[in-house]
Amino acid sequence: MYGNDFAGPDAGADGGLLGQVEAAEAALRAAAHRGRVEGDPAALQDYFDAVIDADQKIEPRDWMPDAYRRGLVRQIAQHAHSEIIGMQPEGSWITRAPSLKRKAILLAKVQDEAGHGLYLYAAAETLGVTRAELVDMLLDGRQKYSSIFNYPTLTWADIGAIGWLVDGAAIVNQVPLCRCSYGPYARAMIRICKEESFHQRQGYEILHTLSHGTPEQHAMAQDAIDRWWYPSLAMFGPPDTDSTHSAQSMAWKIKRFSNDDLRQRFVDMCVQQAGVLGLRIPDPGLRWNSERQAHDFTSPDFDELMRVIKGDGPCNAERMAHRRQAHSDGAWVREAAAAYAAKQEEVVVV
Amino acid sequence: MTTVDYVLRLGDDALVTAQRLGAWYAAGPEMEEDVALANIALDQLGAARLLLTYAGELEGAGRDEDALAYQRGPADFRNCRLVEQPEPDFGTVIAKLLLLSAFQLPFYEALAGAGDERLAAIAGKTRKESAYHLDHSTLWTLRLGDGTDESHRRTQAAFDTLWPFVDGLFASSEGGPVDAAELRKTWTSTVEDILGRATLTVPTPVAEPTGERTHLVELLAEMQQLHRAHPGARW
Repeated sequence: MYGNDFAGPDAGADGGLLGQVEAAEAALRAAAHRGRVEGDPAALQDYFDAVIDADQKIEPRDWMPDAYRRGLVRQIAQHAHSEIIGMQPEGSWITRAPSLKRKAILLAKVQDEAGHGLYLYAAAETLGVTRAELVDMLLDGRQKYSSIFNYPTLTWADIGAIGWLVDGAAIVNQVPLCRCSYGPYARAMIRICKEESFHQRQGYEILHTLSHGTPEQHAMAQDAIDRWWYPSLAMFGPPDTDSTHSAQSMAWKIKRFSNDDLRQRFVDMCVQQAGVLGLRIPDPGLRWNSERQAHDFTSPDFDELMRVIKGDGPCNAERMAHRRQAHSDGAWVREAAAAYAAKQEEVVVV
Repeated sequence: MTTVDYVLRLGDDALVTAQRLGAWYAAGPEMEEDVALANIALDQLGAARLLLTYAGELEGAGRDEDALAYQRGPADFRNCRLVEQPEPDFGTVIAKLLLLSAFQLPFYEALAGAGDERLAAIAGKTRKESAYHLDHSTLWTLRLGDGTDESHRRTQAAFDTLWPFVDGLFASSEGGPVDAAELRKTWTSTVEDILGRATLTVPTPVAEPTGERTHLVELLAEMQQLHRAHPGARW
């Protein structure tokens, strides 16, 4: 939401999740006052386990198992890459936004995404890798980004759908990460979740305006929901039965809820909001199940998800080509900055 | 009494600048620069919105910021030609921003203390942003001009290409409290000092090319396409 000129869904389109973000922030502040522990490997492992068991934070100074470190680097880097690649599908509408207010909101949003990428790379760097190494791994395909950004943005309504559904799914995924056991990641996620919540409300407001606008605008909004619904459900990852990293991640309290639990939470959140929007969720199997006290829904096509992750989505090649182009176009600028900095140092030494 | 054209000229400079910078999403040489360019685009867009809104009120024909941004054709845009020039590389982005902000800063500073209260209030805000734009473009001009042989060559070429359009910044602007033509001396001394420190050569003056404003036509076609496809719609 931008300014106070829109009466949106009360308690936030995020379903009050910001309260959880604040609680996580308080826990982090407390953790920051802990000291470093030294000792033999067994003692270090015991200490690590005790910290995790007590729901406290592991900090960069602490010993941690190699697999914990590697898993975090993989997850944080993938998240950072997603923010950076995620600038593209929306950014392409900055020059075409239909009003100056929308243009300003979208510019600010894409700018936030660059900022999220920066915090996340910085969090990953506390684990002993450099941003340049991680960027190289993105560019040569050794590391992935979220498959959702391999879908195209065909109309302006897609900007609304990305905000409402994609950012909405991201928030449901990410709010639990504010309490994850690795301090720097948890802290980065707190700031990111606060901003994502704005993004989701902005998307919701775009769709609300379109849905209650002209018949063409309404149709544009519905078409966007039709295309983004299942890819958004797929953002929670494969079903729990097929998820390769989940069990260990849960034990280490990096991940707090299973893919299927989070997907269910997202569906339940969207149903009520879709009603207010006056838009239809494109699932004939969607109905309230009073026994489960949750909605039954049709699962996304996980074979499609796997195809897109493996590189065969509608825009994989385009997204990577854009990123590589920007990186290589900027090489002469980075070289100039380094050369200039070196000259300044020489001046100081002389 | 301030005229509509006077305010439109300022607003259109800012809007066209924002539109060009807005195309640089996810294309900067560093992520920090993606953040910075978006920030500068937002500043220019914010100024444009305030100025176009004021121009619409002065005109008194019921046109708001969007009517002025989206429903005027290229012939009615009052911006100087410098801002509509394409930005094929980062050197051009920086060169253009330096030339523009070295003008906008003293212009807004003068406007902030001049007779039109509404413009003074807008300029009171925008001059702080212009100071940052000038600082940012100065630092990059130094790095690029005095960086590597390639960066020096590219940046000199960018200033050479844009130089014929600097006269447009100072086209006499009657109808408002500050005349742009009077700021040329300040601008020249700022820009010459920075180019000198960056080991770049101040280009030889060249007359502004005449001819159709094809860059502006294309820029507006992209910007206005969606808005114009849905007459009367709210967004």
